[in-house]
This record gives sequence, C-alpha cells and structure tokens, in this order.
Amino acid sequence: MGELTYLEAISDGLRAEMRRDESVFCLGEDIGAFGGAFKVTDGFAEEFGADRVLDTPLAENMIIGAATGAAIEGMRPVCEMQFADFISCGFDQLVNVAAKLHYRQGVAVPMVVRLPSGGGFSGGPFHSQNPEAWFIQAPGLKVVAPATAADAKGLLASAIRDPNPVCYLEHKGLYRHIRGEVPEGEHTVPLGEARIAREGSEMTVIAYGSAVHLAVQAAAELDEDIEVLDLRTLCPLDRDAILASARKTGKVLVAHEATQSCGVGAEVAALVAAEAFEHLDAPVRRLTAPDVPIPFSPPLEQAVLPQPGDMKEACRELLAY
Amino acid sequence: MTLSEASAASDAALPAEPGLLTREDRARLFRFMVMMRAAEERGLGLYKQGKVPGSFYDGCGQEAISVGAAYALAPRDRLCILHRDLGAHFVRGVTPDRYLANYMGRAAGVTGGKDGNMHFGDRRLGCVGMVSMLPDMALVTTGMALAFKMRREPRIAMTFFGEGSTANGQWHEAMNFAGIHRLPAIFILENNQFAYSTPNRLEFANDPLEHARVYGFPGIRVDGNSVEEVFEAAHAAAERARAGEGPMLIEAVTMRMHGHGAHDDMSYVPAGMHEEWAGRDPIGRYARRLTGEHGFETGEIDSIREAVHAYVAECAQKALASPMPDPEEATGGVFADSWEPLGDGEAPWSRWSRDAPSPNGHANGNGNGSAARLPATGRAA
Repeated sequence: MGELTYLEAISDGLRAEMRRDESVFCLGEDIGAFGGAFKVTDGFAEEFGADRVLDTPLAENMIIGAATGAAIEGMRPVCEMQFADFISCGFDQLVNVAAKLHYRQGVAVPMVVRLPSGGGFSGGPFHSQNPEAWFIQAPGLKVVAPATAADAKGLLASAIRDPNPVCYLEHKGLYRHIRGEVPEGEHTVPLGEARIAREGSEMTVIAYGSAVHLAVQAAAELDEDIEVLDLRTLCPLDRDAILASARKTGKVLVAHEATQSCGVGAEVAALVAAEAFEHLDAPVRRLTAPDVPIPFSPPLEQAVLPQPGDMKEACRELLAY
Repeated sequence: MTLSEASAASDAALPAEPGLLTREDRARLFRFMVMMRAAEERGLGLYKQGKVPGSFYDGCGQEAISVGAAYALAPRDRLCILHRDLGAHFVRGVTPDRYLANYMGRAAGVTGGKDGNMHFGDRRLGCVGMVSMLPDMALVTTGMALAFKMRREPRIAMTFFGEGSTANGQWHEAMNFAGIHRLPAIFILENNQFAYSTPNRLEFANDPLEHARVYGFPGIRVDGNSVEEVFEAAHAAAERARAGEGPMLIEAVTMRMHGHGAHDDMSYVPAGMHEEWAGRDPIGRYARRLTGEHGFETGEIDSIREAVHAYVAECAQKALASPMPDPEEATGGVFADSWEPLGDGEAPWSRWSRDAPSPNGHANGNGNGSAARLPATGRAA
C-alpha cells in the first residue's frame, strides 16, 4: 500500500495495465511527449513508446472511431478526451457505433474513454461539464465515476479489462485534492458494485464522484448518523446496494454535481420510490446543479455547483422530516 | 475528365496485369454480380409484397464495385461494407437467404432481427456492419488498420462510402489519420452521382480525388462499371498497403440506377442520364467482354445466370421459411460477456476457403492473398 493522489492513482492503474497487457494502448491529444493536459500519462511515452501512447490529431470522432476499430481487432484502447466536454465532438462514434455494435452484430468493443470532468476552477461552460447522463441514455455503454484514489485505480483496471465500451469519468477537482491508500501492482474494483463510504442509520446520501466527499464531510461536521453510499458505477447501477441502504435508513438524498433533470439522481430516486416505497419516512430529495450551463465567474460557478453548506442543509432538512 | 470520358477511356484500357485473373476468376466475378442483382431484385419483390418492414435499398448498377473490390482481399483482411455493396458480402461468404431474411427481420437474418436492411456484417466472416451515419465506418476501418500496423500483421481494412460522405467532417478525420500513419486501409469511394437526391456539384467544389493527394496518399479513379478495373485497382491498393506503403483512395465512378430507397422516384435525375448509364450496365458489359475477349460461350454465360437465379429462388424460399425472432431476444445482448476475434472471410481470389483452408495461405497466420494463391493455382505470376 502507498498513498497516492487521485491523479497519481489513475496513472498508476493505467501504467499497471499497460505493463500487464501489451494490447492496452492510449490515444488522445497531447498525451505523448507532453504527458497529457493533466499529466496523467506523464512519462508513458518514454516507458511504452510513441505507438502505445499515441498523440492524435485534434479529432475526437477519430479518437473514438479508431479506438472502436482497434478494439474490434483485439486491442484494448484507452482514449483520453482532453476534457470530458469534448466527447460531444466524438459522440457519434461513441453512441452510434461503439455502443450498439454488440447488440446489433455481436461484436464486442473493449475500450475505455477517459473523461476529465467537473467544475470548480473557472473552466467555464466548455471545460466543466459532467456529461455522465448522456451516456446512460445510449444503451451499450458502461459508466463509472470513482471518488477515491483506490477506486480510481481499481475501476480503471476493470474498465480496461471489460469487453464493453466504458466511459470513465475522472473528476478534475479530485485530481490533486484527494489522496489515499492505493494497493500497489494489480488492483481491480468490480464494475457495478457500490461502496458504503460511511455507515449510518438515520438517512442515506447516495452520491458519486466529488459529491461523495461533500457528503462524508457534511456527515462528519453535522455529527449525525448519516450513511453515504458511493455508487462508483453509474451504469449498470448497483440496485441492490441502493435499495438495501434506502430500506435501512428510510431517508434518501441523492447528490451529484451534474445538472438535475433526467440525471443519475432522477434514476436513483425513481428506483427507490418504486422498490422501497414502504420503507420511506421522507420524500426522496436531490442535491444537484440546477439546469444551467456551468458559468465562468467564481461567484456564479459557486452558486451553481453544490457547496458544503448546501449538502449540510439538505441533510438537516431530511433528518428533520 | 468528364464521366463519359472516364467511362470511354476505361472501356479502351484493359487490365494492366492481365495475368491476375484466371478464367475461373472471371466466371466467379460474373456470378457474384449476377447474384447481387438477382438477390436485390428478389428482395425488392418481397418489399412490394409487404414482407419487408421499413424501406428497401439496393445497389443496382453498382455491382462491379463491391464485387471487384472485395474479390482482391485475403481471408484475414477486414471489411466495413456499406449499403450499395451486397456483392462484397457474397464474396466474403454471406448467402442470399441470410441477406433476404435480414431484410424481412427474420431470426435467420445476419443480425437476427436486431438491425435491418443493409445494416449488417457477419462477424464470423471478418465484417463489421455499417451504421446509418456516414461515413462513420471509415474511422472504424482506420482503427482496424491501426491494430494491424501496431502488430505488424500484413493485413488490410477496406471500406466503402458514397461521394456524399466526402462532405462530412468524419471523412476528413479518417483520411487525415490514415495519411499520417500510412495505415493499411483501402477506401472505396463510390461516386454514384447522387447522395439521395443531391448531385456532385452540391457536395464538393473540387475533384474528390484531389483530397487523397492532400492527405498524403494516392487516389485513383476507375470505371465503377468495370469489375476487372475495380479489381485491378483494389489489388494494387492491397499490395501497396500490405507492403507498408499506406492507404489508397479509389474513386469508382458509376450511377445508382435505382432510387436511394424503394420509395424514391428519382425525379431529380436529369433527362437522358439514366438511359446513358443503362448502356453501361456492368453485368451486360462484362458478359459481352467474357464472350468477346475471354473465350466464354454464350451458353456458358446463360447457364451461370440460370444457375444463380435458381439458387436465389431457393434462398428466398429458405428465408421465407425462417421464423420471426422471439420477442424475448429484444432485451438481450446489450453488453458483451467476452471479446471474441472476428472470423475470416471467404477469399476466392486467394483460393483460400473456410471449408478447405490452404496450409500455405492461412495456417501461418499471414492471411496473405498472393502467398495462398500461387500454390493453389499452380501458376507462376
């Protein structure tokens, strides 16, 4: 075990998979000689060569489309979108080709799309988005969003080994602010399994990514018996873990940084309402960004992204219900 | 060069390497083109009888392109075949019953009813089926070619698209990437004069072949209604790509003789254009050439036609006898449990066949068409 930042854990996981399996290769913009916009692949070109750390032209459909073809032919490509926002430029290849090939033709597409997502640093409307719900509406894609350093490594390894296209959302705000123990060498975390980040019995906050840390922090500061369930995988959802925690506490707050309408929170709320209705002591609530683009200026951005105070208030309201 | 001039020039220009095709090859090329025409005619008939859900799309008039191009490939080469290219599926080993069943949404169709019309590719035959968005498969093709190049395998990825696709940004992304890395990819541009109803002059202001040169690799224009000319070009591109010299763009000039789909009355086609191209029908022309230049008897040509039509009729009965898929299957198969390699396709020119793989051609894993062919034919090239 060693302590790594979330960013270092992503690098560590990727490096371990590339050492383990020579069919794993990376492709993206500025990932080779430059080491990536966030330095996730820093030093990779020296270790693995330019072929396996492929600097691509500025062409996101090309990145996703070429990865799809290479994956069909037995490679395990890991695409880097420089920012998650730019997946819109590669969306066609992702949702129409990669996502549907197995359903339509029985052709497996084992590839990963790394998506540096999230706001909080004045990235503005095109460098701050949380696009996870887009992918869930395209059946055939798996979606993961680690919150901890250990999960960042373990979920990446599992995503690479999975025979399907996996969207891997790595929150930029966690890159250097979150640090934790990470197993050395091979480490996998199964897709589709949530994690109890904090045990409690009075209410549950169901979250993923950056919102997990808001919830854990709020629970500690409020000193209340709050359970925090970290979804880790958004598609497929760990329905059993969601329902078990909802039935146990009877009060559910779903929290994420992404916008509200038709988001992951809506899906979780609908699931809890449909399957755990008799166990509920309060309405299912959501804490999310409102349905607006992410603004640039700090006071505007802070007004949009869920803040620690918002989390505490939402928990207090539900506990008092 | 105008289209008419291109056609006239190609009529005069015989293959540069006449030794590439044997008499047997020529009979097969003819047979595959007739099979495509016959199967699509039968499919259109089933559509008119209400047995085909949705619409119906064919490649009438374009048979020489998919047949000639696919015929040049080796078993381990890979294809993304488009919707005017049924002949390429037949060359690789798909049978007409599975094609017709796919159109009718039957369980025995190539996709088992999951997708319709020409949106299929038999993974067991080395093919990845198209999507409706064009030219998405050009990028998938570059990805397959990238894998071959990374692993230093002498294999090729081939795809087809229409001239309308050259207007889309993804076409640029594919050509550019293929050029940068000199990928072993062959791009067959079928210029059939109309993207649905839109003519060439509203798709591009320049010559599409100029694009290839801009991207750093050769482009050649061939008569898309001459199966041997298409074959020769594809063969040259394949040899080049296999030698590590990079991609090639082949513009095959032709005309789509039916509407975009069966619902399209082609009212946008200028007067006389259809008649002009009807005189260049690739099947009729090839029949005349086989008898006039290659020693085929008229009776031999007739018997190939008769045998193919009887076979397609038999295949149609088989397709009609196939059940509809079980509704329970609608929700299955969204995710894969494992990755499996694509299978290898029939490669008649290499003389390799799935039924009787040649030890020289396939077992060594090279999938090199020429290597397989020479011992099989016993003829020095």
